[in-house]
Amino acid sequence: MSGAEKIAVIVTDIVPLNDLVTRFEFKPIDGGLLPTFSGGAHTVVEMQDGDITRLNPYSLMSDPMDQTAYAISVRRDDEGRGGSLFMHRNVKVGDKMTISYPVNLFSLDLRAKKHLFLAGGIGITPFLAQIKQLERLGGNWELHYACRSESLGSYVDELTSHHPNETHIYYDDQDQKIDLLNLLDGQPLGTHVYVCGPKGMINWVRQTAEGEGWPREAIHYEEFLAPQPGKPFEVKLAVSNKVIQVGENESLLEAIEREGVDAPYLCRGGACGQCETRVIDYTGNFIHRDHWLEDDEHASGEKIMPCVSRFEGKTLVLDR
Amino acid sequence: MTIQFNDETFRDDYSFYNSERAIKRFPFPFHEDSYMYSVNMEQHRGGPMDSVYEKRFDVDEHYVAEMKDRAMVLADDPLRCQSLPHMTLAGWDLLELIMVSKSEDYPDLFELHRDGNKWRWVNKPLGIDDTFTFLDDTTLPYGPMEYITRQAQGDFCVLDQRDDNLWMDAGMVTTQADWSLDFDIGMNFFEWHAPVPLAHEKGIFVRALKFLLNIQQGAPARRLNWTMTVNPLLDTSPENYHKWGIQKTTLTPENIGTKQHLRVELQTFFRLPRSNALVFPIRCYLCSFQDLMTAPKWGRRLHRVIRDLPVELATYKGFIDNRPMMLDYLSQFDDGLPTSPGIWPDLDTEPSLQK
Repeated sequence: MSGAEKIAVIVTDIVPLNDLVTRFEFKPIDGGLLPTFSGGAHTVVEMQDGDITRLNPYSLMSDPMDQTAYAISVRRDDEGRGGSLFMHRNVKVGDKMTISYPVNLFSLDLRAKKHLFLAGGIGITPFLAQIKQLERLGGNWELHYACRSESLGSYVDELTSHHPNETHIYYDDQDQKIDLLNLLDGQPLGTHVYVCGPKGMINWVRQTAEGEGWPREAIHYEEFLAPQPGKPFEVKLAVSNKVIQVGENESLLEAIEREGVDAPYLCRGGACGQCETRVIDYTGNFIHRDHWLEDDEHASGEKIMPCVSRFEGKTLVLDR
Repeated sequence: MTIQFNDETFRDDYSFYNSERAIKRFPFPFHEDSYMYSVNMEQHRGGPMDSVYEKRFDVDEHYVAEMKDRAMVLADDPLRCQSLPHMTLAGWDLLELIMVSKSEDYPDLFELHRDGNKWRWVNKPLGIDDTFTFLDDTTLPYGPMEYITRQAQGDFCVLDQRDDNLWMDAGMVTTQADWSLDFDIGMNFFEWHAPVPLAHEKGIFVRALKFLLNIQQGAPARRLNWTMTVNPLLDTSPENYHKWGIQKTTLTPENIGTKQHLRVELQTFFRLPRSNALVFPIRCYLCSFQDLMTAPKWGRRLHRVIRDLPVELATYKGFIDNRPMMLDYLSQFDDGLPTSPGIWPDLDTEPSLQK
């Protein structure tokens, strides 16, 4: 069986926060305790959407030490393939669902003298758990959080009332911007910077910090990609001896799973490397979207990350 | 199940011994008649009843004596236990993992009573009954990792995970096969494995690291490793090589059956929840050649493995000089009959020695 261990849960609370974001709370069906976790961890939520099984990763945002319940916040993506829409429209309090054990690909570096958090939009969620963890451990942190507008500022009130000295909010529609150069310049030695948000923000922070001479090991980022729809294509799975069709609105990984072939995965967002698959033969073009493989590996035509990447062309044969 | 703890030593008079039960459950490491490195990992979720795989942390007849030996090693050399400052949280994770596992798996020997962060820990074999506050270092006589690993058999490496690598940033290491925590502390996975021959060329460590980085909460893994030790010594450290290295020259055809031990490490790997660190317990089992030969399958197989082992490995494992004497002894127990696959002794089905 692929992926992390599973937990059977029941949806115990659903709280709409604003026009786009809704919080979901899960408790174990058996009434027991959930595993503790480390701030930055995510869980993969299984959604039974008619004939389709959707598996989407969401950052755990509840207190890592609270074993009674987990919480996630889901931003509705009207252009996406339907996972967030399913959560918003179909999931009700009392529903039974399956989630994975926590997996952390965005862990705190506990050597840091200070943790500098930069969040954009829904990218706030992993930091909410990390902040709760650091508050318990007496860690030194500071948050800079950019939101589109006051009305879309999820958890802004909670953060500014509990942590007024550590929290700094920026609203795009009021032309407020993080003064990144000055912010980085003023940090004490031993500070680690963490960024979670849209791709443009992640690139901006990484490039600026590297340009200012920050060590690569002190710059942490997490970006989960949602698989994008695309043209249907055909794939031959050499080991399982199957020819499968990948539909417009499913990922290559989902199509492999639909055909009953067990393929490894963890994050399903192009970040963890677990689903890396060897290409045996191809005629056509890859649409690589992960940030696991290096550029030269993308160009080589020898590997593909089926969770987010696609293919256009005549023949694709995979070692699966 | 009640365990009768042996009154025995791993030094001086070497009164260590294995009972008949301990011999039967010895983790013989060779699943076929030859040996080469592999990433021989499997899930660590129980195993055959009374095997060393059954519980998360195996407790056996050597428990009390091993903990006494550890205390003596630490009294002589406190640097056998080290934890860099950022690893304290991982130490608490480990304390919780061991206390919960042992109290659930051996309720007659260990008890854990939790009321919020107020914890009471009862260790009957060692006569300990302590109350402390979870995550408050000041309420324990040692740091959390040292406290619990003074009460758990085997060495413990607590590895920080960052920059797509593992870092030897904490550990309790007193029963090791000739490596030093004090030397390796702070090193990454490739640095501390640098002395191992052949495996780098085979790409073993790149694949092993990839596997370990992906070990997740709730899904621990395990493997076996092995070497050879003359006399039942737990502490075969580089720090004390001047004491034990010379003992390898005391082997004679007359004493080899009782003096020469196969040393097997049951290595397990658990993801720690709060710290996201990885703990790597290395549990050492010793068995004399003479006791191993009571299982005909093991006698036949050990002879073939030692005979055919590449010179580099016999040198690295430290028994190249004694190999001819070992083979003289072991060949008496190899009649050329085939052996069944797998590590279990198969006492009911393997034919007795045909000589």
